[in-house]
Amino acid sequence: MSTVAETAQKSPSTRSLAARLIRQRSALIGLVIVLFFVFLALFAPLIAPYDPVASDWLTVRQPPSAAHWMGTDDLGRDVLSRVIYGSQASLLAGTIAVSIAILAGLPLGLIAGYFGGWIDTVISRCTDALLACPFLVLAIALAAFLGASLQNAMIAIGISAMPIFIRLVRGQVLSIKNEDFVTAARGQGMRDGPIIVSHILPNVVTPVVVQATITMAVAILAEASLAFLGLGQKPPAASWGSMLDVARQFMTNAPWMSIWPGLAIVTIVLGFNLLGDGLNDALNEKD
Amino acid sequence: MAMLNFIFRRLLTAIPTLLILSVFVFLLLKFLPGDPALVLAGEDRDPAVIASIRARYGLDQPLPIQYVTWLLGVLQGDFGISIRTKMPIGDMLVQRLPVTLQLSLQAMIIACVIGIPAGTIAAIRRGKATDVAVTTAGLAGLSIPSFWFGIILIMIFAVSLGWLPSGGYVSFWDSPLENLRYTLLPSIVLGTAAAAIIMRHTRNSMLSILKEDFVRTARAKGLKERIVIVRHALRNGLIPVVTTGALHLGELLSGAVLTEQVFGIPGFGKMIVDGVFSRDYAVVQAVILCSAAIFVLLSLIADILYVKLSPRLQA
Repeated sequence: MSTVAETAQKSPSTRSLAARLIRQRSALIGLVIVLFFVFLALFAPLIAPYDPVASDWLTVRQPPSAAHWMGTDDLGRDVLSRVIYGSQASLLAGTIAVSIAILAGLPLGLIAGYFGGWIDTVISRCTDALLACPFLVLAIALAAFLGASLQNAMIAIGISAMPIFIRLVRGQVLSIKNEDFVTAARGQGMRDGPIIVSHILPNVVTPVVVQATITMAVAILAEASLAFLGLGQKPPAASWGSMLDVARQFMTNAPWMSIWPGLAIVTIVLGFNLLGDGLNDALNEKD
Repeated sequence: MAMLNFIFRRLLTAIPTLLILSVFVFLLLKFLPGDPALVLAGEDRDPAVIASIRARYGLDQPLPIQYVTWLLGVLQGDFGISIRTKMPIGDMLVQRLPVTLQLSLQAMIIACVIGIPAGTIAAIRRGKATDVAVTTAGLAGLSIPSFWFGIILIMIFAVSLGWLPSGGYVSFWDSPLENLRYTLLPSIVLGTAAAAIIMRHTRNSMLSILKEDFVRTARAKGLKERIVIVRHALRNGLIPVVTTGALHLGELLSGAVLTEQVFGIPGFGKMIVDGVFSRDYAVVQAVILCSAAIFVLLSLIADILYVKLSPRLQA
């Protein structure tokens, strides 16, 4: 039994990954950006200077000023406050969508990779079919079928991202299922279920964490895209995508309405991309 | 002969993928709330009329029969009639697809022109300021939402400078020059993200090629660095980039959805958005299936290109 545990511990762990990550400067910048937006989302009611949904007809489409640092929108709402609150929708959508993708994709990938045979063929062919469909096209179609709301957008993005995790996990399982520690566990009479949970799963977690970070960036962009098309968060609640949809009509006389929510999306997505890239490099770094 | 065998085997694996997707797409439509016969009947709620509509469109048949009938129609290019435009969806696809393909090809040219030199320079100057700048710019390119970038470009080049139109479309056959003016900004928007991807692939590929023995030999022979890079390294380093590029053309369809929406271009991407908002689900079905078929075809082309371009695999 000790041999199994010792061999299993040799696989890359999340802790060693974190240690390697600290050495990556760009990844740390990404982490700081992500933590900044998490802070904004969590403490939005304390940070935002105004109510993000309160209209003020006396301050409609005002340019940036001391009172409204990012100006106001077509209904006189403070753009800065809406950008701050918008981080909640983006991070929530990203987190829930990625969680759905992992919760559905991880077990399917484990089953396909570990058991092989007809079950692998069925899961893999279905995964290929979903992967053949462009990500955003699939997300738009699912969101449309489910109905326009933030909740349904998250489900649609989660389902669209699921095949990536199935394929990743299946590949990981295939590469480790014949390792000594798994064979030893089988030899000791362990059943398939406990082997998957105790020996396979811990070795799959790290690449899944890396993929989840990269997918967060994609999911946030997808949520903004769906909201922009009117298939995500509904007004008056703040969402960067829907803010840009409205801002499009006032490009000539209120450009600040477009600039700030867009910059917020670019920054948070860049943060997750930098972090994901750094994690990926750390994962592939040789000991 | 070996190549023909390879293509045949790849085609055989693509068929189940498309068949499974067709089942998904068919069922998605079937599980929608609401009875299509009632929608087609409109105001006329006479049970006899509704029954005749059901019989005419085969809606009274068992689900597997409905699927087979639908699939046979799709295979002959019959995707049904759009409830919004009242046009055959097959005809709409024939009209819209070339528009998006033109945009995608222009975007891919922009992506290659920017991405390949940038990725090569980043690989040559690995770890230096140029590499960091190019890599970060690449990541930024991947992080920009296409719809926002489109808005910003419209604000600069259409609204402020007045150089290019803010939206709309003129067919290439009506006026090639006007067509270029109308498609330039959307192509730049689509090409930016693609350039970032091409740049990253070129950089990674060149980094591994620059370590190869044949590059070292070329340098040892005293060849100029420019010749070593262009004739020896880049020629081999671009093999995976070409295949990625072919594959990425399919991904551009995703980006085209939003770009066409922002610029009001009547392409394939706008077709799905219009289909969604007018609840024209047969159109949505057709677009998903066609996107997947194009993606599968491009994957096949990417694989063939890889085998063709890679001397080791050919041998």
